[in-house]
Amino acid sequence: MRKAKSIALGVALALGATVASGVMAATTLENVMEKGRLQCGVTTGLPGFSQPDEKGNWTGIDVDTCRAMAAAIFGDPKAVDFTPLTAKERFTALQSGEIDVLSRNTTWTLTRDVSLGLNFAGVNYYDGQGFLVSKDIGVNDAAELDGATVCIQAGTTTELNLADYFRAKSMEFKPIVFDTSEQTVQGFAAGRCDVLTSDRSQLAALRSKLADPSSAKILPNTISKEPLGPVVRQGDDQWFNIVKWVLSVQINAEELGVTSSNADDMLKSDNPSIQRLLGTDGDMGAKLGLPADFGYKVVSLVGNYGEIYDRNVGPDTPLGLDRGINALWNDGGILYAPPVR
Amino acid sequence: MKKQAINARTYGVKPWYDPRVRSLVYQTLAIALVFWGGWVLVENTLSNMASRGISTGFGFLDETAGFGIIMHLVPYDATMSYGRTFWVGLANTLLVSCMGVIAATVLGFIIGVARLSSNWLIAKLALVYIEVIRNIPLLLQIFFWYFAVLSNLPSPRQSADLGSALFINNRGLYLPQPVPQEGFGLFIAGVVLAVFAVVWVAKWARKRQLATGERFPMVKVALAILVTVPFVAYVIAGDPLGWDVPALKGFNFKGGITVIPELAALWIALSLYTASFIAEIVRSGILSVSKGQTEAANALGLPNRLTLRLVVIPQSLRVIIPPLTSQYLNLVKNSSLATAIGYPDLVAVFMGTTLNQTGQAVEVVAMTMAVYLTISLLISLLMNLYNRAVAIKER
Repeated sequence: MRKAKSIALGVALALGATVASGVMAATTLENVMEKGRLQCGVTTGLPGFSQPDEKGNWTGIDVDTCRAMAAAIFGDPKAVDFTPLTAKERFTALQSGEIDVLSRNTTWTLTRDVSLGLNFAGVNYYDGQGFLVSKDIGVNDAAELDGATVCIQAGTTTELNLADYFRAKSMEFKPIVFDTSEQTVQGFAAGRCDVLTSDRSQLAALRSKLADPSSAKILPNTISKEPLGPVVRQGDDQWFNIVKWVLSVQINAEELGVTSSNADDMLKSDNPSIQRLLGTDGDMGAKLGLPADFGYKVVSLVGNYGEIYDRNVGPDTPLGLDRGINALWNDGGILYAPPVR
Repeated sequence: MKKQAINARTYGVKPWYDPRVRSLVYQTLAIALVFWGGWVLVENTLSNMASRGISTGFGFLDETAGFGIIMHLVPYDATMSYGRTFWVGLANTLLVSCMGVIAATVLGFIIGVARLSSNWLIAKLALVYIEVIRNIPLLLQIFFWYFAVLSNLPSPRQSADLGSALFINNRGLYLPQPVPQEGFGLFIAGVVLAVFAVVWVAKWARKRQLATGERFPMVKVALAILVTVPFVAYVIAGDPLGWDVPALKGFNFKGGITVIPELAALWIALSLYTASFIAEIVRSGILSVSKGQTEAANALGLPNRLTLRLVVIPQSLRVIIPPLTSQYLNLVKNSSLATAIGYPDLVAVFMGTTLNQTGQAVEVVAMTMAVYLTISLLISLLMNLYNRAVAIKER
């Protein structure tokens, strides 16, 4: 009889479990507020985008996207915990709820947006795929790469673009697929491959990791469009909007000339756009479920988009990347954020 | 049990007090519960994935893969489907596993026997080998062979060559590929004929030894037949084999057979590592055969080689086979470390790139797990059959 009872208990437990798992969880914002920290998925180390220093402090454009969110939510850009992820792990980590937002130089594509249960909240860097070659092999254009061995990172859009490019030009190639970008550099440095392919912004960073950076060069060809941006889970529009609008606030701030150093003065500005941006007028914060001054916190604590760009990947950094198409729309680029109103 | 049941029925006991009925009911319930539990898990997963907007189903297997794979034993290019990448990865996993099992077994047996050698130097060398190799993590050994050894080979333009047909560089080992031409059938016929001849001679020699006790130099004769007959056939057919010799073109060697360094590094590391465990298993097996057996064989005047082959090893196999099976299973599963150095095995290709491009983690992981389970169960089955064949026959 005792046996029968324990079976009944087992049935009840399993049933209970099914019922419980069907209940909707709290919203992401509620969860984050409760934890008091934002969990942000980043790379395992990519200079300029997300890279820890020797003290474990993370820096980079993708890192600042998360810091801006923490500033908007908590008024504290340090209230972020970073989860380093390989390209292969990133989407699963987001889907499973291990991280709240994925900010890991991830390319926005239709398949990823539609079939993974994820949403891309915007673009924080417009990139394109390029090639890094050793100067020894005497190649000046990607069209001369027939038969080359190519080092590449697993689970990236570059893996597909590469095959497309070579197929379209009816050229052959041999892919050597590694898990992390460090390994691709290692393979390239060891001479396992003739070419290293990745997003152009990364190539500059990866080249700087070579023992002799001047022994390699980046070919002029750009073979794909790689809009990189933060990603959230589908089904939580409030959270999606927060990520989207924190990004827009940074770009609008640059357009309106609001920087981290003049944000305090700008609080007294009588420009209505700046007033709405910094929260001295209107209730933009409340509409998003954020404090009224979230825009002020973002800009004063983390900076506008231009500041973030310049300190992480700009001409004065080791990466030395010009703004290019990542300049504002009224400055020759394609950055155009919808207005805060 | 049976008696009880009869008693129960005879004495008109109620069915719910009948132990046979009760055990049947409990077992049915238990099985039903397991199935129901499994169904709930699947159902829950599916509905949760649907509510989160994640695609499900196996339709992705027919979609175009669109990425390249460096090494494929089955025909493959980027225009083929994700389903095909599964077979490519599986074939590469099986290749390195088979090569590893063979090399590890041969090496393990030699080292295991050497470990027991009466020659002090050989025994100690075997001991050092075992203790060094089995105490270093396998992943480190794979990295060692890949990054420390094979990456330091010369670049393609400075390749080391043997008779300008065989080339070694840091992109791999390039071998000439035999291309059969007209008349090659005769050579094949010669090989088949030689094999049949050897089998026939072996049967005859065994029969004669049983009848007269006279021994026949079987190994030498077999070798002679196996070399001579196909060679004669080859000459008669007029050199029916062409060679596709690799040549340096552009960035790399083209033509011939390429053994990529990823495969070589993985194979070497897996074989050496597993061999150190097999050596210990072989040693324990040999030591399990009582010394009296060896002494009796020596007393009969059998030389050491024959004592080992005819008396010791057959008896030690009973002890060796079960743990050896575990080592084979370990080797197959360890081959998934391939992903660390970019060898395109099932985990790297299918659970890596394919999973990532399609995002269908549940399906892909389930398929991959099923494959490893199937391979492992097959190995277990074969080894158990072999074990039954060599086990002590109680008569």
